[in-house]
Amino acid sequence: MITGFITFFTIFAVVGAILYGRKLIKTEKSDAVFGNPERAKGGIHWVVVGSSFLLLSWLYYSWDIAKSFYPKSANELCQVAKVNESLLSLKYLFPIVERQHKSTAIIKRENINIEDKIILIQNDPDLKDQDKEIFTNILRDTKLMIPSLTDERYLEDNIKNTINELTIRLNQLTTDFPKDSYPKFTTEEEDEINEGLKKQLGWGATGMEVPPLPESKRGLKFHAAAAELNSISDEFFEMRNHNPEYLRQSEAIFGEIKEYMDGLDDGRELDYIKDIKKLVRRIEYASIFPPKTLDELENAIRAFDKVQNNEQGNLRTIDILLFPAGTIVASGPQCSEAGPGRWLPKPSDTFRIFGEMLKPSVGYKMIPMLWYEMMGVNRIVGFVLPDWIADIMPGKYPVHNQDGTVDPNFKSRMLDIVTGEFEAFKIPVPTGHIWDSFLRVFLGLSLGIIFGVPLGLFMGLNRFAKGFFDPMVELYRPVPPLAWAPLVITVFGIDNVGKVFLLFMVSFSIMIISARAGASGTQLSKIHAAHSLGASRWQIIREVIFPNSLPEILTGIRVAVGMCWGTLVAAEFLAGTTGIGFVENVARKYMQYEVIWITIFVMGMLGLLFDITIRKIIDKTIPWRGKG
Amino acid sequence: MSDLVSQKVNMIFKSLKGEDVHALKDITFTLKKGELLTVLGPSGCGKTTLLNIAAGFLRPTSGSINLGGKEINGPGVERGMVFQQGALFEWLTVNENVNFGLRMKKEDPIKTAKKVEEWLDIVGLKGFGNTPTYQLSGGMQQRVALARCLINDPDLILMDEPLGALDALTREKMQSLVLKIWKETGKTIILITHSVEEALLLGERVYVMAPRPGRIHKEYKLPFASRGLKGDLREIKNDKEFVSKREEILTMIWDMEEEIMGKEI
Repeated sequence: MITGFITFFTIFAVVGAILYGRKLIKTEKSDAVFGNPERAKGGIHWVVVGSSFLLLSWLYYSWDIAKSFYPKSANELCQVAKVNESLLSLKYLFPIVERQHKSTAIIKRENINIEDKIILIQNDPDLKDQDKEIFTNILRDTKLMIPSLTDERYLEDNIKNTINELTIRLNQLTTDFPKDSYPKFTTEEEDEINEGLKKQLGWGATGMEVPPLPESKRGLKFHAAAAELNSISDEFFEMRNHNPEYLRQSEAIFGEIKEYMDGLDDGRELDYIKDIKKLVRRIEYASIFPPKTLDELENAIRAFDKVQNNEQGNLRTIDILLFPAGTIVASGPQCSEAGPGRWLPKPSDTFRIFGEMLKPSVGYKMIPMLWYEMMGVNRIVGFVLPDWIADIMPGKYPVHNQDGTVDPNFKSRMLDIVTGEFEAFKIPVPTGHIWDSFLRVFLGLSLGIIFGVPLGLFMGLNRFAKGFFDPMVELYRPVPPLAWAPLVITVFGIDNVGKVFLLFMVSFSIMIISARAGASGTQLSKIHAAHSLGASRWQIIREVIFPNSLPEILTGIRVAVGMCWGTLVAAEFLAGTTGIGFVENVARKYMQYEVIWITIFVMGMLGLLFDITIRKIIDKTIPWRGKG
Repeated sequence: MSDLVSQKVNMIFKSLKGEDVHALKDITFTLKKGELLTVLGPSGCGKTTLLNIAAGFLRPTSGSINLGGKEINGPGVERGMVFQQGALFEWLTVNENVNFGLRMKKEDPIKTAKKVEEWLDIVGLKGFGNTPTYQLSGGMQQRVALARCLINDPDLILMDEPLGALDALTREKMQSLVLKIWKETGKTIILITHSVEEALLLGERVYVMAPRPGRIHKEYKLPFASRGLKGDLREIKNDKEFVSKREEILTMIWDMEEEIMGKEI
């Protein structure tokens, strides 16, 4: 319902925005010639069109539009697919799907195979002439065996009867199928279907991909027809045209083979004889019948196919229009989506699952996406204060006394404080996958800025610093951060420290480069001016060189944020138990496409949030950029 | 006694090819307190080098410049400098730019604010205190640069083509401003310019320098600056004496330029 509404709404938005755009062009000033950058300004309405286009593509290609407007269509298409699947093997016998009768094609192919084999045997220098003689004879006999299958004289009556019977059954189905009274189920069968329907879930992310049991009258027809066709097909393929004449010849051939094989060790001769045996067996199991024998059956199948196509009615149109780039296919009793519907989750499902995952009680793998937990202040104090503070306090740690108790003293109380072992009130602290990823990026980035900017400035101003640190930085910087990941994770652990250090490495080098570029790009006249205004070295760095490098530094931060995101997700893929990358990695293992898309979406949004924040900071802090 | 005394200043650079370039040769002059000296010359004659030595950004190869008996050895507050492009700190407002020197000395912010206001008034930028400098026009930026330099109360003001990048109208206004400030503060000023007219108008004394090696070619003592204080600058420009001096110096510079060109080819 909502999807339907959204679909209509976006279509209206697109049309409206396009009309507005047309109107705007008419009112535009005449001097807006091509190439004038003014013409690229504004254009929110095109943003609407762009976004709507994305949303519509998503709705369409995930088959969510089909789901919202024709919720039963997937189920009905599933029944149709069942019929098609049952018909397929029968159809392959005749020139309906293929160009030739299957029998014709097999006979043609095997005749060629036999001739090829004979030539191969004759030309093999390692084969004894005696063996060549035997093999060629067997192959000649095999070739002569084929007419025993294709000659109408040998066709047995019971085979003829079965074919007739199957043809009649098919024709009966063709006549019954379009009738309203079809199918006639016994109460037992009906109960069975109804029982199954009660347990059946809807089309979508939960439960089965496509509900397999028929939910509509039309579906029921196809369902029943598919069962009947399966039974016909099974019976047909159980039937073998093994008449006495064929059996006689076949036995003779196998007799020859067996006789030869008895006195044989492993060797090339064995390979040949095995190949020949396979060839004979292939002919045995191929459904080869005399020509014209199956003509009636072929006509019956064609007739039914026509009828079932007619009975599909508007379902065919829906299939073509609303199931782009694929359709519903059946495999036995199950149906599945073959096409983008499989890996491109429906927005409706995605948003529902996203909503579920946002619930703190659900989350993902027992951890909420973004929530808060109450954390004692003592734990924070214990984390922030280093333990050695207690060690440097005067006095000694207490020793237990004779009563078997320990009296705390000043030093031990200090230790309790710095390790956080005391009672304190609790404050809410954010937690969850999103927060973890965010915090890692934030920490890695902050550390990179704190250490990278001063070092970069120093390197931009001092020959020694540049020369000394350059080899170090330039050697580790070009290595892709992920190449460092296994090493860093081994040394610093798979949890936060390892990842933060990896991100620190990424942002550190970027910040050094940008701060260095900023520092070395300072105009000499500004530094001269500061000198003659009485600024000291430190003042020049702080008041002139640093603010002058800010544009480069902030651009560096922007680049670093992007790099950090990319690295973080990959690092979380490698190892860890929380974070957006971890969620995606687990979802990938269980093929939860909706969750994968949610993680992609969340990452995109967080990246955008970072970038917008930094852009705002840039606009606020360096408004002079490009105007100097 | 805060005279500027230059004694046999020599400046020799090494070029990339390893040749010695004699940028300045035996520059000797004395500038009394309160004098306004303009320095003229074709490009490459060492004007800016001389100024940088006086400012303390460069150390001469030999010889020395003394200000008030003290040898100049590194940049200092007593020698203020005004640059061609203003060299303002664009991340600061006009106020913050002007009080930069005082802030570096960590002076009382309230006193500083008052001083800044006074100086902005003098240079004609009253009410622009909180404007970011990147929003100012070229002329206004130079006014800020002047105020920023003068608020430190330097003994010597060094101006490196301060009006070079301005349009003709603004330039004329700024020339009056420089004269006005010179008169009101009684500072010693060295002004480098490539405009003969400006040198004549503003300079109480004018040095014409010659290149290769950079040296003082000719010295003039002129009355126009003191006349400019009283009267209209444009009138002086049409003065007969002014015109003849201008032509004389122009011919001199043209000859020098031609000589260089000849040498180069």
